[in-house]
Amino acid sequence: MCGIVGLLVKNPKMRANIGELMLPMLIGMTERGPDSAGLAIFGAPVGDDERKFSLYTSETDFNWQKLAHDFLTHLGSKVVSFNQKVNHAVLTTHLDPETVKIWLHEHYPQVHLLAIGQLMDIYKDVGTPAEVAARYDFSQLSGSHLVGHTRMATESAITPAHAHPFTAGQDWCLVHNGSLSNAPSLRRKLQHEGISFETDNDTEAACRFLEWRMREGDDLKTALEHGFEELDGFYTLLMGTKDQLALVRDPFACKPAVVAEHDDYVAIASEFRSLAHLPDIKNAKVFEPSPKEMYVWKV
Amino acid sequence: MESIKYDLAKTPLREVNQFLHSDASVLNGKHIDIQNPNGAHNIAVGLKSEAKVKIHGHAGYYAAGMNQIADVTIEGSVGAGVAENMMSGRVHVKGFASNAAGATAQGGLLVIDGDAGLRCAISLKGADIVVGGSVGSFSAFMAQAGNLVVLGDAGEGLGDSIYEARLFVRGKVKSLGADCEVKTMGPEERKILVDLLARSGHSDVSPESFTLYGSARTLYHFNVAKSGAY
Repeated sequence: MCGIVGLLVKNPKMRANIGELMLPMLIGMTERGPDSAGLAIFGAPVGDDERKFSLYTSETDFNWQKLAHDFLTHLGSKVVSFNQKVNHAVLTTHLDPETVKIWLHEHYPQVHLLAIGQLMDIYKDVGTPAEVAARYDFSQLSGSHLVGHTRMATESAITPAHAHPFTAGQDWCLVHNGSLSNAPSLRRKLQHEGISFETDNDTEAACRFLEWRMREGDDLKTALEHGFEELDGFYTLLMGTKDQLALVRDPFACKPAVVAEHDDYVAIASEFRSLAHLPDIKNAKVFEPSPKEMYVWKV
Repeated sequence: MESIKYDLAKTPLREVNQFLHSDASVLNGKHIDIQNPNGAHNIAVGLKSEAKVKIHGHAGYYAAGMNQIADVTIEGSVGAGVAENMMSGRVHVKGFASNAAGATAQGGLLVIDGDAGLRCAISLKGADIVVGGSVGSFSAFMAQAGNLVVLGDAGEGLGDSIYEARLFVRGKVKSLGADCEVKTMGPEERKILVDLLARSGHSDVSPESFTLYGSARTLYHFNVAKSGAY
């Protein structure tokens, strides 16, 4: 079991409060996922030639200032901004992702690169959703849309790296409720394509598969059609891109999802109890998405 | 008639359910209103008195499960397993229902005004279910007895491995499951349908617009001619 939540705020006035609106949604999914939680928030974009790198380390006394300093010394590139929260940090720079990846791997192998993008920041950690949300000030977040997850691990370890969202490529993330039975074979197939993995988590296999399909030229819809053919198991998948949220359920609808469409927002959750607090929910169109159908909402 | 109000934003659900399990002498004839259900699971489960319960909003999983005698109305939608294993009484969902609505229900009437999800009436054992909208795939799987009336469409594999339940569908059926076939609607079945339409607020709907599906009964006995296939 796991819980998923998604929120896309259509009313620009409400975007400053997206974190506050979302918080009860995530906490509402605690019973479905008490062991870890995570969130991808799509906020204001950095400059065209800049990229944000969401970093994480399990070392609680990690010297982030030294990392920022070494980055400047070794690469000679200015750090545009560096925002650190507990053991996460978002580093913004002009350098290309490959250079940053290689540098991190060589000099700070203990630092995980959670995400790369122009809009997306990612936070994920172990603990109850309320604890994780408090640790990283989720209630203070602003942005246009977000994807969140509460995890009850069933197939791999409970670590921050195994928590959702998973990412691949840039400004693209995925959360998953369910379990995939063919994740190992999918992973082997992708490894033949030169794709490497950070964890043994089944969702990471689905995430890298879909991102690989899109790099091969599929649009999101075609990639998900390939997903229906290749992914064996139970899943409700919620994906975030720079300007949309997308949702699919497996053909047997084994895992739940409820959607509320309102003039001001679109909210998605595993269960209605995570939507009940949203403003004016009584006037929202609440429905259950059909299996094997793709739902997309644009910002 | 005496009315009792509960607000789930203020009173814990367990307290409300414990009251709903009071002796029939306390509950019979009472109207109980439940405000702010907010998608909570297990509301009004296991009732066994002549109480009338109204849930004002959306309920979560297993709403009015195992119901006996009581009359439960949900003004909004419900999660999975509404009225599962109902024995008698009446459950009315004014919105939509998620998967496995009325699963294994043995008696009583379940009315869903909107759509029902997958596996509606799975292993139905004698209850009546009327769905105003459509039902999802694999509905009435292994349904043994009782009636499922669908005013809309049915998904894939309707009535797979069905026993003696009757399935009345007005719209399109995407596909029939193994051993489920179209049946001729005789006067007896027509009477059952007319009665169920009347009791579920659809007396204006013509029974002639429905097709009856039931068991071809080819799976009832082991077929020695096909023994090589096993």
